[in-house]
Amino acid sequence: IHFCPHDLMYPDSADYPDLRKHNNCMASHLTPAIYAKLVDKATPNGYTLDQAIQTGVDNPGHPFIKTVGMVAGDEESYEVFADLLDPVIKERHNGYDPQTMTHPTDLDSSKLKSGKFDERYVLSSRVRTGRSIRGLSLPPACTRAERREVEKVVVDALAGLKGDLAGTYYSLTHMTDQEQQQLIDDHFLFDKPVSPLLTCSGMARDWPDARGIWHNNTKTFLIWINEEDHTRVISMEKGGNMKRVFDRFCTGLKEVERLIQEKGWEFMWNERLGYILTCPSNLGTGLRAGVHVNLPKLSKDPRFTKILDNLRLQKRGTGGVDTAAVGSTFDISNLDRLGQSEVQLVQTVVDGVNYLIECEKKLEKGQDIKIPPPVRK
Amino acid sequence: MPFGNTHNALKMKYASSEEYPDLSQHNNHMAKILTPAIYERLRSKQTPSGFTLDDVIQTGIDNPGHPFIMTVGCVAGDEETYEVFKELLDPIIEDRHGGYKPTDKHKTDLNPNNLKGGDDLDPNYVLSSRVRTGRSIRGFCLPPHCSRGERRGVEKMSVEALDSLSGDLKGKYYALKNMTDAEQQQLIDDHFLFDKPVSPLLLASGMARDWPDGRGIWHNDTKTFLVWVNEEDHLRVISMQKGGNMKEVFNRFCTGLTKIETLFKDKGTSFMWNEHLGYVLTCPSNLGTGLRAGVHVKIPNMSKHAKFEEVLKRLRLQKRGTGGVDTAAVGGTFDISNADRLGFSEVELVQMVVDGVKLLVDMEKKLEKGQSIDNIMPAQK
Repeated sequence: IHFCPHDLMYPDSADYPDLRKHNNCMASHLTPAIYAKLVDKATPNGYTLDQAIQTGVDNPGHPFIKTVGMVAGDEESYEVFADLLDPVIKERHNGYDPQTMTHPTDLDSSKLKSGKFDERYVLSSRVRTGRSIRGLSLPPACTRAERREVEKVVVDALAGLKGDLAGTYYSLTHMTDQEQQQLIDDHFLFDKPVSPLLTCSGMARDWPDARGIWHNNTKTFLIWINEEDHTRVISMEKGGNMKRVFDRFCTGLKEVERLIQEKGWEFMWNERLGYILTCPSNLGTGLRAGVHVNLPKLSKDPRFTKILDNLRLQKRGTGGVDTAAVGSTFDISNLDRLGQSEVQLVQTVVDGVNYLIECEKKLEKGQDIKIPPPVRK
Repeated sequence: MPFGNTHNALKMKYASSEEYPDLSQHNNHMAKILTPAIYERLRSKQTPSGFTLDDVIQTGIDNPGHPFIMTVGCVAGDEETYEVFKELLDPIIEDRHGGYKPTDKHKTDLNPNNLKGGDDLDPNYVLSSRVRTGRSIRGFCLPPHCSRGERRGVEKMSVEALDSLSGDLKGKYYALKNMTDAEQQQLIDDHFLFDKPVSPLLLASGMARDWPDGRGIWHNDTKTFLVWVNEEDHLRVISMQKGGNMKEVFNRFCTGLTKIETLFKDKGTSFMWNEHLGYVLTCPSNLGTGLRAGVHVKIPNMSKHAKFEEVLKRLRLQKRGTGGVDTAAVGGTFDISNADRLGFSEVELVQMVVDGVKLLVDMEKKLEKGQSIDNIMPAQK
């Protein structure tokens, strides 16, 4: 005795996930009606709603942050599943409405004002973003051939970088023990993800095939290939020269873009959502500009959190998103990603961190500090 | 489902060689058998429910090897997987199951009266006895591939069947997502509670999706008959008790299984089974009987003896630590069970365990007295 094929057998309600214990953006917005409307759709590549939301079903919540709870498998996911993704994007990106708004892109780093921090407080400066190669599926959905193609396209382009951007690629599959140790010592090596937020989306399949790390010879410009996104691009230095970090970031990105365009490729981007990445939280600029900064007095002040909120800044431990701070050194970076340009966001960090340092200096002298008014969103 | 491998049409844009996985660091059955030619022939296929070759092999790509055992490196997403991907799975089955050929037939025998002895394993040595197997419900996809609706359907149907058991099999179902703290603690104390799998062998196949939805534990009031719902298989069925009365454990096992099967037949379905592969389960290693009959036995002297491994091999037995498949033994107490699953009936396998453990205990007793075991070495079974 045989039953009917399974996809005809069950009403959508039988497949609707149990989200009663969940606290993530997907769970907040996925109603049975939206589920029924979208469940039979697929992107041209065949990516489905169930695949997009699996990570949010499998991971009810996170102790420190409200997670997004869904991913995109390709560029078209953001269109085909817009009925769910648009409200998720709106919640995550502080009211940005993809249906009515447009996102500004501005990589002209010459516009940045006073980007040099007091190095008695700021230990290091860093800007990161991601870029996806149009026409190839994203890490949750890509086939092995697509992933290898991403690697090839990007590595070929990086080989064309010159001057202080010239560098070397280290494939995770082929690196020698010595190369691996050097990359560990430089804190550049990324490992197979262990966070279930990531593994449940399928982006760790076939590890370490087609994954690798590229960096320039001076170790100030670094690219991760095929980790959570096609590429993650990082510019960084010790010390407080955020201006130079941002200059190199913009120059490097534009140069890589030019090199891939020579071969007929381009980055995923549109006016509505800016740069397209795997996680909806990284849309727009995908940019996190931050510093490691020492704030022993300010961090103990009860107004610290409110000050950060008003400056549109976020604190993390120096180990990254899932860590708590050690001592009084914090990772301070921009909260926003979408709706503001790269220049605007880095300026927000520059102005904000300068303000935090001023507060710290005042507290050192026994003077009082003020909570600043909220900066324009 | 689950990770995007099912959009097979996209992959066909690329040459087979561009998609072929890198298995150069790998040591599992799938990696040994898969060739670029096989991959090319099978990659355009899918089962009627949409399970593809990449779905079958993903766990083997993501998990190159295991320190203690040679893993299978592939799974089935439904009953038809074993037909559609025969060209890959038949040689894997042959390799894993001691030369079992694609034309061989498997015997099922769940008549406990056919077991000789087994009621008198020495409880001073044999601490506990246990028989487990798995069952899949025909018509539903298997854990790597099932939808939430199907998984809930398996749960509903199974719980209805189990709720109608009576006598010493009468019991209760505890859904993982609804259990109270008190119930959870009791199940932990009884060593019944199963957790969300952490082994990457299992996670990479997608069988932990939507946890803990549709999962649960049923056991009888006397805690000697236990059923896991929707863990690695639709059903895992376990009969167990302290001491060495394997006969009683096997009686209860057969009676319980036969009753459950009848209940499913009344509902218009059956267990996945065929003449060639016996009972069909998620992992090819569990085909045939899906049966592991074992004891926890104290053999500190025997286990240090130079011929221990040889004896086990001849008896067709396997050793594990008392924590299960991924553990090492503690203090001379071992989990000893049948090594085979397919090509022997349930009765035959339990008989091997009963006879073999009896011999191991006899050897232990001799070694305790300083006597040799050379004259009671068994022949190869």
